[in-house]
Amino acid sequence: MKYTLSVLVENHAGVLSKVSGLFSRRGFNIDSLAVGITEDPRFSRITIVADGDEYVIEQLEKQLNKVIPVIKVRTFAKDEFISRELSLIKVNCPAKQRLDIMKISELMGARIVDVSVNTMTLQFADTQERFETLIDLLKPYGIREIVRTGTVAIEKDSVVSRK
Amino acid sequence: MINGAEIMVKCLQAEGVEIVFGYPGAVICPFFDKLYDTDIKAVLVRQEQNAAHAASGYARALSKVGVCVATSGPGALNMITGIATAYMDSIPMVAITGQVKSDQLGRDVFQEADITGACESFVKHSYLVKDAADLPRVFKEAFHIASTGRPGPVLIDVPVDVQQDEIEEFVYPEKVNIIGYKPSVSGHPMQIKRALDILSTAKRPVIVAGGGVLTSGAKLKFREFVKKTNMPVISTMMGIGTMPSDDPLYVGMIGSHGRKAANKVIHDSDLIIVCGARVGDRAVSSPDQVAEHTTVIHIDIDPAEIGKNMKTNIPIVGDIKNVMSAMLRDVEYTTPQEWLDSVEKWKKDFALPYKRFDGYVEPKSFLEKLSGMMRSKAILIADVGQNQIWCANSYKMSDGRFFTSGGMGTMGYSVPAAIGAKFARPTRDVVAVCGDGSFQMMFNELATIVQNGLNVKIIVMRNTVLGMVHELQDVHYNSRYAVTELDAFPDFRRIAEAYGIESAFVSDNDEAEAAAQKMLKSDKPFLLVCNVHPGTPSR
Repeated sequence: MKYTLSVLVENHAGVLSKVSGLFSRRGFNIDSLAVGITEDPRFSRITIVADGDEYVIEQLEKQLNKVIPVIKVRTFAKDEFISRELSLIKVNCPAKQRLDIMKISELMGARIVDVSVNTMTLQFADTQERFETLIDLLKPYGIREIVRTGTVAIEKDSVVSRK
Repeated sequence: MINGAEIMVKCLQAEGVEIVFGYPGAVICPFFDKLYDTDIKAVLVRQEQNAAHAASGYARALSKVGVCVATSGPGALNMITGIATAYMDSIPMVAITGQVKSDQLGRDVFQEADITGACESFVKHSYLVKDAADLPRVFKEAFHIASTGRPGPVLIDVPVDVQQDEIEEFVYPEKVNIIGYKPSVSGHPMQIKRALDILSTAKRPVIVAGGGVLTSGAKLKFREFVKKTNMPVISTMMGIGTMPSDDPLYVGMIGSHGRKAANKVIHDSDLIIVCGARVGDRAVSSPDQVAEHTTVIHIDIDPAEIGKNMKTNIPIVGDIKNVMSAMLRDVEYTTPQEWLDSVEKWKKDFALPYKRFDGYVEPKSFLEKLSGMMRSKAILIADVGQNQIWCANSYKMSDGRFFTSGGMGTMGYSVPAAIGAKFARPTRDVVAVCGDGSFQMMFNELATIVQNGLNVKIIVMRNTVLGMVHELQDVHYNSRYAVTELDAFPDFRRIAEAYGIESAFVSDNDEAEAAAQKMLKSDKPFLLVCNVHPGTPSR
């Protein structure tokens, strides 16, 4: 099962390597990792999507907590968070296909960020599931390159406050 | 104005450091130069790994942070094994390394090694200091982290230019504030209550003493709890010494190399209280199987250890001393006599056998005899290999200490650790027991012993093979002794003589006991070489 963890850390050099080193060393499998500074410049937040059972995730949480610059670790319960990832997708696009791809991107809510004679580049920020759909739609035109960030996640107050 | 090196020295003084074990080099020279002017003793070891082991022996003997120092590159790299050994056994330690100039970092200059990177998985925390002004905070934090919560080694890597840089004045911080580091020490009252409730229904309880009990300074509280509940006790290798060896409730060490009776008790119990132990693979080989039929209460200061190797019904996160005190206040339980009778019977049924060979010392019975000769509060340090198992199972003590490299199993630990322990406790008997394999990994430290006039005793179990692996080859590899025979055998007495150390060679138990008497009476270092048959089993 996939779990999403949100890890608040001190914003120092070397913290990311302390955290990421933990995964290989303890044999944890992670799908993605995204890191960025928070509203408070002293801290960064690392969002981790990891694969494993309950035991693995509990161990992961505990081991993360042992890393001194790690301040707080939180594993999101299902449906209690919003997650997004950003992707840039370069598709084959001769002039006659432009309209098709523009329609797909409008339908899916992607933005066209670059157009050349033979290609078009889309920017897409959404869930992993929606990303898969977009890719399915674009595949027939020929995808040249995909670049993706890791997933970032935030708590859904609308759900949590009701509980 | 004050430079970085002097700040480092002042930090050590502020932390009450009295001794460091180390080996110099170009980029740690500014530090050693400033240290030279102070009362802090700097002990020159003969290889950096042994600086860390000595600091470990010192730390264990005094329950105080041990400090070791090395230069950059090879010096720091040599020290890694010692640091990792301390990490596995939760020893409070601060390791200081010199580093190349900060503007040359990452350029692969002479004697440069990324030591903070290399040690990442063996330290509790590490620092690469880039600014002399950060040194006081870094040292304050390092000593705090090393000695609190679950103790462990902290590495401070200081580039040579940072040691030379000057700042206005030295101010040592009074407090530390590390947001992400607040170990829980008290133990949740609800969990303690739950534990006592479930204990009250137990018919076959057992309590396990791990190294954490000694680290926490909870030995007496633990004994009090055992006495009050009349509960059988088993210990891990790191927990040896928690109970007096001859206490009727003490069954012995668990595990693949422990007492059969202790393993039997674990397997037949219906409740286990694990105190400050990891439940490592060598202690309990199939923890899931055990956890299936028994209730597990696990007390540890490190939450990550609870449930890691063994399913736990009631986790209690906290310092053993606090938790034991709280449990003692409310516990009303007495262990059923029927269970105690079974335990007593197993202890008799599974007594350790001795295998004697003519012309050789039988190590287990010798170690038992040695126990009686040592003075109260003596420190015995076992190396790694068969000698470790013989010591763990046969050395008896009531108020002494037993040190060994339990987690990492680092050969060559005993003598350097004994050096540290002797500096810490100069009036106590300090005896290192090693094999002929481990002795040849560290006998260069005889020089450190002589140079410092240390009254350290060394017993070498000389069986001319790497006994532990040799035995493994007997059992699993059809007695094919691949690379375990120590040919070209040196005369250890002549090695001792080369260092001016008195020695004896003995080939039966009577001789061994007489020599041990002489050794312990002497106020000088002594090397006792026991001729042991290579066929002597570890258990």
